[in-house]
Amino acid sequence: MRVDPVLLAATEPGSQPIHYAAASGVFSLSWLVIVLPLAGAAVLLLGGRRTDRVGHIIGTLTAAASFVLGLVLFATLLGRDGDDRALSQHLYSWIPVNGFGVDVGLLVDQLSIVFVLLITGVGTLIHIYSIGYMAHDPNRRKFFAYMNLFLASMLLLVLGNNFLSLYAGWELVGLSSYLLIKFWEDRPAAATAANKAFYMNRVGDVGLALAIMFMFATVGSTSYADVFGAAAAGVIGYGTLTAIALLLLLGACGKSGQFPLQAWLPDAMEGPTPISALIHAATMVTAGVYLIVRDGPIFDGTQAARTVVVIIGAATILIGCVIGCAYDDIKKVLAYSTVSQIGYMFLAVGLGPAGYALGIMHLVAHGFFKAGLFLGAGSVIHGMDDDQDLRHYGGLWRYMPITWVTFGLGYLAIIGFPGLSGFFTKDRIIETAFDKGGTSGYLLGSIALLGAGITAFYMTRLFLMTFHGKPRWSSEGPAAKHPHESPVSMTGPMVVLAVGSVFAGGLFVLGHSLQDWLEPVAGTGVEGVHTFSPVVLTLLTLVVTAGGFAGAYLRYQLRPVESVARPDTEVSLVTFAARHDLFANTFNETVAMRPGQYLTRFLVWLDLVGIDGLVRGSAAAIGGLSGRMRRLQTGFVRSYALSMLGGAVLVVGALLLVRAG
Amino acid sequence: MNPANYLILSALLFTIGTVGVLVRRNAIVVFMSIELMLNAVNLTLVTFSRINGTLDGQIMAFFVMVVAAAEVVIGLAIILSIFRTRRSASVDDVNLLKY
Amino acid sequence: MTHATLLAAAGEITSTSTGEAAVFWILAPIAVLAAVGMVLVRSAVHCALLLVANLFCVAVFYMVQQAPFLGFAQIIVYAGAIMVLFLFVLMLVGVDSSDSLVETIRGQRLGAAIFGLGFAGLLVFPIGSAIDGGSAKGLDKANEGGNVQAIGRLLFSNYVFVFEAISALLVVAAIGTMVLGHREREGGRVGQRELMRRRFTEPGRRVTPLPGPGVFARHDSADTLGLLPGGGRASGIGGIPGIPGTTEESSVTDLPGGRAASDTPGAPGTPGMSDGRPGSAGPGGPPGSRGPDRPGGPGGSTPSAPVPPAPTDGAAADSGAGGAEPVDVNGSALAGAGKGEER
Repeated sequence: MRVDPVLLAATEPGSQPIHYAAASGVFSLSWLVIVLPLAGAAVLLLGGRRTDRVGHIIGTLTAAASFVLGLVLFATLLGRDGDDRALSQHLYSWIPVNGFGVDVGLLVDQLSIVFVLLITGVGTLIHIYSIGYMAHDPNRRKFFAYMNLFLASMLLLVLGNNFLSLYAGWELVGLSSYLLIKFWEDRPAAATAANKAFYMNRVGDVGLALAIMFMFATVGSTSYADVFGAAAAGVIGYGTLTAIALLLLLGACGKSGQFPLQAWLPDAMEGPTPISALIHAATMVTAGVYLIVRDGPIFDGTQAARTVVVIIGAATILIGCVIGCAYDDIKKVLAYSTVSQIGYMFLAVGLGPAGYALGIMHLVAHGFFKAGLFLGAGSVIHGMDDDQDLRHYGGLWRYMPITWVTFGLGYLAIIGFPGLSGFFTKDRIIETAFDKGGTSGYLLGSIALLGAGITAFYMTRLFLMTFHGKPRWSSEGPAAKHPHESPVSMTGPMVVLAVGSVFAGGLFVLGHSLQDWLEPVAGTGVEGVHTFSPVVLTLLTLVVTAGGFAGAYLRYQLRPVESVARPDTEVSLVTFAARHDLFANTFNETVAMRPGQYLTRFLVWLDLVGIDGLVRGSAAAIGGLSGRMRRLQTGFVRSYALSMLGGAVLVVGALLLVRAG
Repeated sequence: MNPANYLILSALLFTIGTVGVLVRRNAIVVFMSIELMLNAVNLTLVTFSRINGTLDGQIMAFFVMVVAAAEVVIGLAIILSIFRTRRSASVDDVNLLKY
Repeated sequence: MTHATLLAAAGEITSTSTGEAAVFWILAPIAVLAAVGMVLVRSAVHCALLLVANLFCVAVFYMVQQAPFLGFAQIIVYAGAIMVLFLFVLMLVGVDSSDSLVETIRGQRLGAAIFGLGFAGLLVFPIGSAIDGGSAKGLDKANEGGNVQAIGRLLFSNYVFVFEAISALLVVAAIGTMVLGHREREGGRVGQRELMRRRFTEPGRRVTPLPGPGVFARHDSADTLGLLPGGGRASGIGGIPGIPGTTEESSVTDLPGGRAASDTPGAPGTPGMSDGRPGSAGPGGPPGSRGPDRPGGPGGSTPSAPVPPAPTDGAAADSGAGGAEPVDVNGSALAGAGKGEER
């Protein structure tokens, strides 16, 4: 194992440089965290139908083993000094070209271990859940193989110690996301959604790739240590740094479904519900947040890029909230909720070192409660014969009590019920936004506050329409529904996640435990002046949340809910716009897709008529000319002799002319 | 009389030989036309030899004669072998190598 | 041979003796006329003769221009050996359609005329403009001690390598000619015995020599009419003009292609008739007074040609058909007849 005693950029002025320690002991096994699920995927994919019977077991066991290993690593890290918790492991030289060496290495530090635990933990739970959820699917083995592939890719993403490893993981999660969204590829909607997700992710990936190229061009290396060291030392010019940061942000927006690239995420709900829970709520879509936190040294150097991050975060909060209010599809509502919650995280990390830890905290808490919510939604959908329309639900609490309780806890966590995780994490973000100070601070804080209110509204609407009120389904007739509780394999993970969503926030926030833990990586914000005192702000947030809850309660509990949504012509303009994703798809189609199609058609035309025409035309011209010219080859020697004589006359004539002249 | 008249004469003979090559179809006559051309050249060489006062031109003409003899032998052999297979001595009948 | 060099060379040309002028003005037109005639005359043999005339003229020019060795070499080698070779090949090849003066390639004559005139103009006019009565150096000094000796000295000193190369070329030419002229023998060597055997066994071969020139009729019989000197038929008793096979003639004047025979109407197909005459024993028969007497007629060498029986003599046709079987030398007439009827 090679030691990488490279300077890690200080994230805070005055802090001491931190060295990556060499990985030894149990950390030299950290590659196993990635390889275990990868091996599971390989076995399942290469084994083919022979592994059908044990596919889910292999998949779950490898994920669980990875989780256990992550726990061991975490425990060992806990046992080390606070300054000695970043361990780099050199695996092998990937691209050893002269002047361009890319080593594959792993970096186990405070940040990545959090992600490792989240990914493998939630991943294992969802694996277990999927055993029940996908029990009747003929392709269950493939499903688990893709899930394992996703786990491995995501772990590679967070564990790599250079940008190329990160990029490899970045693309691989994109691939596995694509594979899993179109898992039921016989559904046209799923296939289209997968393509859409893939295309829009490409936009972001181009940004990330360009950012990495910029880094290499400027710094000459792609390893975190070199790039961050250069960024902190001010080697990179401000313009370049801003460009890199903005490109990184583009990548983050693509992967995390942030404005303006948010449109793919709701469509991705066409995939199986466990996938929505794991990839499109808990882990992959938060990779953008990870990217920004990890690249903190870069963003720290450029206020402009950070402002853009904040703006995007704030805009996305509102977009997600507003659209979430309008949809009747339970998974789409949750999807827009995810968009909005990640907007909170972006807002937090855009606020600088003060918000990095908050963003990660909210991310982890969100990982728990949103995964729980999705699993609950999956359980409901499972019980309602794959009906996803909220307006066909109602009064289900009686039929699926465990789902009701766990979903309810997740719901309380997300709206920020006091004592639950969302309460702690979201409030801190709102607080920090206000603390930014100035007009922008007020604006951002207000938006975050408003978002909290709307979140309470649409989540309450979702919860009430699903579990309370009069049943809008019938147990008789042709469309009979027989809601029932899901099997233990499904409810078990839901219970665990519910527990997580209840306690995670408190665990992290109380005593600043997570903040302190992340401090070497994320830095600490300068304790600024509070715009409002935290108590006041908490009360304000609670009032706003209660307002949102009350609105939804009045509208959807005390008044009957129509089992059919009102047509577009009868709703308000805002609802109409929200139902149409605030015209994001229309915008994309008009701005990108149609011009792209026209460009493609033009290029095809140009290729066919212009270039091919040129090529074929010249070939045809030469062919035709030769066809006529070859008639000169009569085969008569005397004709040839005549040509020779003609040539001789010309030559002699020319010679005489030249000499005489 | 000017020795250059010989040159004019040989130019005429050469041209007549050329036209003979172009116009006649019998390979043997074509060959004879070529001999005529060679002779015209020889006459030129001899005349220049005289004008320049050296014998090099005559030597050259001598060599041309020898080469012409060799060429005639080979050429006639070729004509004969073509005639053997194609029963024709017409240069136009040997026209398979074409478009 | 550019304009400038021509001018330079012409600067020293001087006038020559009156005798030479006379020779030139007499022989030059002859040479040109011979050359033109060579191009225009139809017969290749005439071409060769005109070329010889031209070569003689040029040889005289050589001699006049102080090159007696070349002049004689021209006469001996060119006009003698090479032209004989030409004539020899001409005789071998014979006359054919290629002697026709009808042009077959469109525009060939026109092109040849235009380019020929252009070429001649290009060659002649610069020379003509260069003639301005300069002086030629003459070869008197170079030819001191004899032209042949001088040439020999040069040939074996300055030009010895060229000479050797040329001699190698001659050897190569000789070998090349042998290679080209060589024909692979098919089958074994044919001896005298075999040749004699074929003479009697192959159908259509004549055993006796052809009659001498002037002998037109070889039969006394009334059904064979004599060929009159004018080419017509003597009208004889019993002669059946127009019936093929009833007129038979052959002489050494006949060309191998049977031209004389083809003058007679109905002569094609005569071999079968002649063999089918009553009393004819067929090709395998003893060479009697009326042996298979005629090789002539187109297709006479194709023994198995199906032959319609002569209307006058049905029985003869059978044996004739039998006779058409080359293998059936001593075979039964029946078998032959059977085969004939089958056809």
